[in-house]
Amino acid sequence: MKEGDQLGATGRPVIVVDSVTKHFRLYNERNQTLKAAIMRGRRARFEDLVALDDVSLSVAEGTTVGLIGENGSGKSTLLKCMARILRPDSGTIRVDGKISALLELGAGFHPELSGRENVYLNGSILGLSTKEIDRRFDGIVEFAGLARFIDSPVKNYSSGMYVRLGFSVAINVSPDILLIDEVLAVGDEQFQTKCAEKFAELRANGKTIVLVSHALGSVRAMCETAVWLQSGKVRAAGPAGDIADQYVSEMHQGREGEESHGGRWGSGEGVIERVELIGPDGQPTAHVRTGDAVTIRLHYRADESIARPVFGVAVHTLGGVHVTGPNTREAEVGIEKIIGQGHVDLQVPRLLLLPGTYDLSVSLVDHEILHIFDFRQRAVRFDVGPGEPQESFGGVTSLGGVWRWQPDGE
Amino acid sequence: MSYSRDLLDSRELWLNLTLRELRSKYKRSILGWGWSLLNPLATMAIFTVVFSVLLKSDPDPGNPSGLHVFALFLLCGLLPWNYLSNCLTGGMFTLVGNANLVKKVYFPRETLVAASVASWLVSFLIEMAVLLVALVVFGNMVLPWIPALIVLMLIQTVFTLGVALIFSILNVYFRDTQHLVGILLQVWFYGTPIIYPIKLVQDHADGWMLRLYELNPMVQFVKAYRNLLYDLRWPSAATIAYLVAVSFAVLAAGIAVFRRFEGRLAEEL
Repeated sequence: MKEGDQLGATGRPVIVVDSVTKHFRLYNERNQTLKAAIMRGRRARFEDLVALDDVSLSVAEGTTVGLIGENGSGKSTLLKCMARILRPDSGTIRVDGKISALLELGAGFHPELSGRENVYLNGSILGLSTKEIDRRFDGIVEFAGLARFIDSPVKNYSSGMYVRLGFSVAINVSPDILLIDEVLAVGDEQFQTKCAEKFAELRANGKTIVLVSHALGSVRAMCETAVWLQSGKVRAAGPAGDIADQYVSEMHQGREGEESHGGRWGSGEGVIERVELIGPDGQPTAHVRTGDAVTIRLHYRADESIARPVFGVAVHTLGGVHVTGPNTREAEVGIEKIIGQGHVDLQVPRLLLLPGTYDLSVSLVDHEILHIFDFRQRAVRFDVGPGEPQESFGGVTSLGGVWRWQPDGE
Repeated sequence: MSYSRDLLDSRELWLNLTLRELRSKYKRSILGWGWSLLNPLATMAIFTVVFSVLLKSDPDPGNPSGLHVFALFLLCGLLPWNYLSNCLTGGMFTLVGNANLVKKVYFPRETLVAASVASWLVSFLIEMAVLLVALVVFGNMVLPWIPALIVLMLIQTVFTLGVALIFSILNVYFRDTQHLVGILLQVWFYGTPIIYPIKLVQDHADGWMLRLYELNPMVQFVKAYRNLLYDLRWPSAATIAYLVAVSFAVLAAGIAVFRRFEGRLAEEL
């Protein structure tokens, strides 16, 4: 990308990143001792790692920008440089406006102090004056839903409460620019809804948001533009939907054979030995397209006879959103008994998932869904590329609907 | 330019961080703030027994006050020393101890060190107030000297802040600073006339050795504190001039070192 390329065509630039380079030192030895330094005549031997390599971009006021890329591509480093936590080795970052970074929620909470004391402390760390916190205090506590516990020490909080309070303080700083590093998925569903509303409100109020995320779905849904970082360089930048599509189709290569990302448990009388996603050509694959006819095949083996087993499948986004969870009991497949080996197919004539990466979990349970024989969390990961229907405005699934136009009086 | 603006904006942060230090210092201890007084009192008792009773150390009476109490003589030097030593140790651990914060949020990092020093200043003030009462009880009318004492404490705070800044950042880059500091503090303690009168050194050393000894800022600080509190007279102009010069020089050095190395703090922690 050329220097000074502007993301979001209108509006004045509020973040201008100009040829920023950042190196990290990876120390070979952990101990940074004086002795070692003297013996060797220098501090410790280190390897140089280029985290950001001549990155230039600018973010226009009022836009929401997503930074995407694989682990180690430099997106979090870029965010930290914007937040002034890290200092670039060369190049400059000009930020115009009050900035608040949500890198870790409740950073700086002191466990022995009460929630109230911590709100004031954290608020002032984030740059609020005591008066400003006074004014926002009730709103912060209400948003976190912690009115009853605000005067007990935060060490007694559950981790959910802790994170909620941290989020609530950070979001109520009312920054002009908000930097977010994959912390959107906090708290229970109700709280997540509140957060989503708050983000929408911030966007509606013309705040600028920079979001680092693995969840392409939320990038598509929330961001107007996206920047794809690869090995510390800007690979592509532009409208979020396009960039996410490009990213997904490139990630298609090299997904083969990737399996089992999650846990596995169960009593083991019967197991699901293998899970396959079968594409339109009848071959197992990890890459399909929206609209493809696919089959999810569960290969099982039962060492003992299992009466009335129930097979289930669940699809999640990488962000953890549960998309769907069909099982053989509700579909009234009527499997009376299994013993030995076999397979169960779930045929999907038209896959309605929109482009993104998804995880497939599978289960084998008893008829009452009380006893688990085998449960394989995130057993298979697969990518969905753009296909038919084509929907570039984000989301997880298409409705598969058909548009009709009917003017009156004809 | 934007730097001094930052500092101005961070006054409240500094205050809140100081309150955090103070509130958490004695949380969950039964005696709470009592410890802040008990510690120097215990040290005083031990040193008094060892040096006054057993070793028969007997400093001259205060001149012109005529006060002749070893424990009070000791405290006039011990309290300023504790202040320095607490700030140095506290400052050394403040960046390392707040690593999580430094890595996740931007704010002027020196406020952490300043808050640590401020929290020890509060302890120092309380201890000093108790010492003043004790001095009055034993017949030393120190009250007119309090304004001068406050100025001296401020000068020492400037010095202490500079030292704390240097050691806070040094310990991030070289973790064995903390072990080195243990030794340094011992040498420094005995190189300062806390448990013995400065006359002892003046009698035994001469020429360059004495001059070297007197270059130790803490020698001059303790001398000045004792002049004000124990002897009830003005410290020499040379002492005060030296202390002001050294303190501001050390603070300038502290700020320079801190600026030089703070850029990579979040990575090195």
